[in-house]
Amino acid sequence: MSPLISFFTSIDPRQKTGVPLKVQLSEIDRQMRVPVIMFLCFAVLWLQIGTFFAMVSSIKLHNPEFLGDLSWLTFGRTRSAHLNSVAYGWANNAVFGVGLWIMARLCKVTVRHAGILITAGIFWNIGVAAGVFGILSGGMTSIEWLEMPMQVAPLLALSYAMIGVWGVIMFRYRALGHVYVSQWYILGGLFWFPWIYMIAQVMILWVPARGTVQAITNWWFAHNVLGLWYTPMGLAAIYYFLPKVLGRPIHSYYLSVLGFWSLALFYNWAGVHHLIGGPIPVWLISAGIVASVMMVIPAIVTAINHHMTAVGNARAVWCSPTLRFIVFGAMSYTFASLFGSAMALRDINVVTHFSQFTVGHAHHGAYAFFTMVMFGSVYFMVPRLLKREWPSAALIKVHFWGTAIGIGIMLFALHIGGWIQGEMWNELKDGAPVYSNLDVSQALVKWFLSRSFAGILLTIGHVAFLVNFVWMLAGGKSTRYKEGPTLIGDKEGSTL
Amino acid sequence: MLAFSWTGLILSSVIQYGSLQPVTEFVNHPQSEEQITGAFIELDLDNDGKKESFVPGVNQPGEQTFPQPISGLAQQGKEVYQNMGCLYCHSQQVRRKGFGADFERGWGDRQTVPRDYILQGRVLLGTSRTGPDLMAVGQRQPSWEWHYLHLYNPRITANPTRDPNKPDSIMPPFRFLFKVQKIGDAPSPDALKIPDNFPEDKAPEGYEIVPTDEGRALVAYLLSLKLNYELPESRFSE
Ligand code: HEC
Repeated sequence: MSPLISFFTSIDPRQKTGVPLKVQLSEIDRQMRVPVIMFLCFAVLWLQIGTFFAMVSSIKLHNPEFLGDLSWLTFGRTRSAHLNSVAYGWANNAVFGVGLWIMARLCKVTVRHAGILITAGIFWNIGVAAGVFGILSGGMTSIEWLEMPMQVAPLLALSYAMIGVWGVIMFRYRALGHVYVSQWYILGGLFWFPWIYMIAQVMILWVPARGTVQAITNWWFAHNVLGLWYTPMGLAAIYYFLPKVLGRPIHSYYLSVLGFWSLALFYNWAGVHHLIGGPIPVWLISAGIVASVMMVIPAIVTAINHHMTAVGNARAVWCSPTLRFIVFGAMSYTFASLFGSAMALRDINVVTHFSQFTVGHAHHGAYAFFTMVMFGSVYFMVPRLLKREWPSAALIKVHFWGTAIGIGIMLFALHIGGWIQGEMWNELKDGAPVYSNLDVSQALVKWFLSRSFAGILLTIGHVAFLVNFVWMLAGGKSTRYKEGPTLIGDKEGSTL
Repeated sequence: MLAFSWTGLILSSVIQYGSLQPVTEFVNHPQSEEQITGAFIELDLDNDGKKESFVPGVNQPGEQTFPQPISGLAQQGKEVYQNMGCLYCHSQQVRRKGFGADFERGWGDRQTVPRDYILQGRVLLGTSRTGPDLMAVGQRQPSWEWHYLHLYNPRITANPTRDPNKPDSIMPPFRFLFKVQKIGDAPSPDALKIPDNFPEDKAPEGYEIVPTDEGRALVAYLLSLKLNYELPESRFSE
């Protein structure tokens, strides 16, 4: 056999037949251990870096002199460093780890050439680090969600290709039988992300399109990266872990089909609602608004499906760290989607459009939904991958309450503060504006302060997570395992 | 699915925009410095019942067309604007009259339309207004001196008396776009005049604060941001 053909046969990841399911799964966990744990380590590291930049940016908004004389840490750069570290660092690494692991388990196959996957993963992270460095040192593009200097894009794209392809290979060689909804979401996301990323890079940075076509492309990308990359991965995880931990099947197969296709159909038109009132053809905006409103369908359908699966199991949800986070995330998905649809309506958008409301909404989706689901997933996966248990239930509780209360306060502050900000910009009396620029700027301060307070709670949660994670990695076999899974509440007693 | 939305949203606009060209028809803005003689039209811009004079005119082929490309220095300034991330607090787009208060706030005398952006290498519409819109800031704040002071420390221009009861600016300072240097034979013409209320911002005796090349370019860019021409599809006060 030629080396090329033998390589292609060697990627066939199927397990030997005739092995019991439990053994197969534990074999998959064993083979996926190194790459998945690597991605999770990177993810947790980027989460801390992203949190640091978030705190710095947040403080700068109410104390503009804070680190004010360092050009590397001016607000525009730190907030972009924050966004890119959490999006391409934390979220993408989490997706690679969680998504590929779920794919492997559902397809009952694994990655044969883990070395390629690991190398690609390392290069991905080198790319992100170079990109964040580029932002801080003066190479920022000022294209939202694509702030990294364009030179890192080829590296990221190539590494992504060598990572994403393993998901596709696993799907190609999947065990026969029913394809579960999580697999569609992951497979869809794996194809959608590179396509939007490359088009956006090319049409905005490499061969810039004319005029505001750039803005349209920008929001087509930035909205889809949330809706067709992070969202499907988050939903895939919810669909996988919710029934898995509860030990009961998902409520309705048909609803999950409907949820998937309506998301795939409507979401990708919705991005232009970020340009309502802007200098682009009006029909595009109208199409964007219609699509955004149609997004109510997948949101409601998915909500019903998740709710009906979990209903009656409140106790179990409360005790399992995985489910506590995941159910929090699933509920946030519904609310964030409904808010998003409402924000696309012209009458609401005229107020919220340029305000902190939008920032709040981004965190609603990316944090309260996606990130919380990823936390839950990590709590489930690592014990199985390492065959150890989480060393501290108390730290998990700190993590949960810090992040849940923190994000709650933050969303409240940004939505209310943003609404007030939008109203103040628009308020007219006898055809003249009521509030000056400075009035608006001053009115925001107390909401920015609340956001920083929320940020401190989130930071506490993230540090607790980090400590527990490192402790678990370093703890070796001595860490409790025999006693069964770490729960954060017993079936009858304490509630916290 | 995605290919479909890409074709629908992006490709169709590329085609639609392909035919957009700068135009030669314009109307002078009353506050614009470069007035071009011609017939007058009258419009009530600020709704005070008094009509302002406008000087409309149609250029001959080969003469000035609008929108105008920006100068080399302003282009360098735009790069500073990009890499400092001003976009994350400032938009550059004016919504139509009646949709928000962009018009009444003096952010522009008309709605901006796709043609306004066709000559821009990178389009910086922005989606956040923590600060005001800057589409026409060059008309609103035409003074170099004001911009230097404002960038050096926005608190100086916002609240010169440092009155704690007055609202203040939350814009970050950009002191790193300036440098402190020894005063030569005579003070430099663009040295900052820091008010006495801000002693901590003053240069030591015998020294002066002047903008760096980046700072100068950035202000050139800000001053180039004007919406002082009409387009056939967007007239003043629309
Ligand atoms: C954290 C948000 C923030 C950032 C970043 C920011 N600004 Fe501002 N900007 C403001 C606020 C708030 C105001 C209104 C108060 C004031 O005049 O200082 C303002 C006002 C202005 C004004 C005056 C506009 C007017 O109509 O009077 C200009 C010009 C300006 N900014 C330019 C810039 C430039 C150039 C940058 C980047 C180098 C920048 N801003 C970065 C928040 C910001």
